[in-house]
Amino acid sequence: MAPEVDMVFGARRISRGKASGPALLSPEPVGFLGGVDPKSGEVIEKNHPLVGKNVAGRVLVFPHGKGSTVGSYVMLQLAKNGKAPAAIINISAEPIIAVGAIISGIPMVDRPGLDVFSIIKEGMMVEVDGNEGRIRIMGNERKKEKKDLTR
Amino acid sequence: MKLTGEEQRMFDGEAGEAARESMDILVALGKIYGAERMVPVTSVQVSGVSYKTIGDAGLDYLKSLAGKGAKTRVPTFLNPAGMDSAQWKEMRIPEDFAKKQIEILDAYATMGISKTCTCAPYFIGIRPKKGEHIAWAESSAVAFANSVLGARTNREGGPSALAAAICGVTPYYGLHIEKNRVANVVVDVKCNLKSIADFGALGMAVGKLAKSRYPAFHGIKAAGEPALKVLGASMAATGSVPIFFIEGITPEYALAGKPEIIVITEKDILAEKKSADSGLKPNLVTIGCPHASLDEIKDVAGLVGARKPTCEFWVCTSRKLKEEANRLGYNRPIEAAGGRIVADTCMVVCPLEEMGYVVTGTDSGKAAAYLPNLCKQKVAFGDLEDILYR
Repeated sequence: MAPEVDMVFGARRISRGKASGPALLSPEPVGFLGGVDPKSGEVIEKNHPLVGKNVAGRVLVFPHGKGSTVGSYVMLQLAKNGKAPAAIINISAEPIIAVGAIISGIPMVDRPGLDVFSIIKEGMMVEVDGNEGRIRIMGNERKKEKKDLTR
Repeated sequence: MKLTGEEQRMFDGEAGEAARESMDILVALGKIYGAERMVPVTSVQVSGVSYKTIGDAGLDYLKSLAGKGAKTRVPTFLNPAGMDSAQWKEMRIPEDFAKKQIEILDAYATMGISKTCTCAPYFIGIRPKKGEHIAWAESSAVAFANSVLGARTNREGGPSALAAAICGVTPYYGLHIEKNRVANVVVDVKCNLKSIADFGALGMAVGKLAKSRYPAFHGIKAAGEPALKVLGASMAATGSVPIFFIEGITPEYALAGKPEIIVITEKDILAEKKSADSGLKPNLVTIGCPHASLDEIKDVAGLVGARKPTCEFWVCTSRKLKEEANRLGYNRPIEAAGGRIVADTCMVVCPLEEMGYVVTGTDSGKAAAYLPNLCKQKVAFGDLEDILYR
């Protein structure tokens, strides 16, 4: 369940911008080339915990990237098709996802100050501020507020 | 990270959107790898040139970056493309592929990047000096620049190399720092290495064992640049070795504490050659992985001029050296023997699998490592005197 009031904590800035969306969490690393369909945003990697789910507009929370470096370019294709994640939270950023987020204009932070996997549940509204290095889990009283898509 | 005034200006977007995005990439990489500052680079080699490796996603990226007005600040050149831009039709490169490849090259040219398309820039006069900081991306060129020239580069990716070219700097970490340029595994070679294929086999074996460590070789008495080129390329293909040292041969040699010792005997070299070789007769033999030097082209011309090979063959090199070879007449015996000098591309990044070839011959450990997966080829691996005449 989402907290009653907003919960805010720090993280390291990786890619600029601020956006929010419902959370989608993967305990496993994510590889975009061959892992996510650039046209639909659907996770297509067999046996991946997120297979069949869609990353579009979600705040995607996962440990770090994996696979081909072309994955950075696939993230840009997703953005061009309007199917990119709203924002990304990694535990520990590596170059494929960091570069992909920057060239695609997806706000991203890593090294969150709290254990995001235990406090964020799928579907909770989360805001990522890549300019200030902040994560905000939106409380129930803000739930109906409009999404802030400024970057 | 501490940024200089000029770097901060780029980071703040005062030098345009492309420079801002590029500086964002460099700062993010600096954070990831724990760099405290940037270091200026004197040249950049960009990978991700073949349409086969970057596809439509990569092409979209390059077009978008070029569209944002990206311009390079330092001399920048390209890794091989997916085709020879002068003879792609004769080589049966599919037309759709060629069209996309030309778009990629044009996007790079718009950014001010020279269409050299070679993995061996050091054979066309691009030879950074010992201690010089560069940002190179192709794995074999990285190994050669660090190990044989003593220049300093990490293994860059396509976008990080481009970002370095646009900003003229790269994060200062890893192999840019002298104290990190130290071997942490010893390779004791207990046999004579008689051919390029022997060095390729040694590289394949050591790459698998060393992984991303930095090997110091003992027992190699002599090795010319073509042999060192193939050794480094092969280790960077089966492992991700970015630097190696050979006592008395490489300009740097430093060894840490008590590293693991790997012993390589003649039996290991033979076993490696045997395991890489299908034993089949090749449809095509490809020479020049990494790209052949002028001396190597001359040697091939001599070999095939004396005895005509029993299969088609390519000598892959840079455009500049192809022109030089033609001027010196090395192309004549090669063409008379049914071969061709191929520029701008190579057997690994061109679409061999779409051109009707099934078995491809090579004496390079790197090509042998990549041909099965990237080109769906069966491999004939061995000395040129063997594979050209099977």
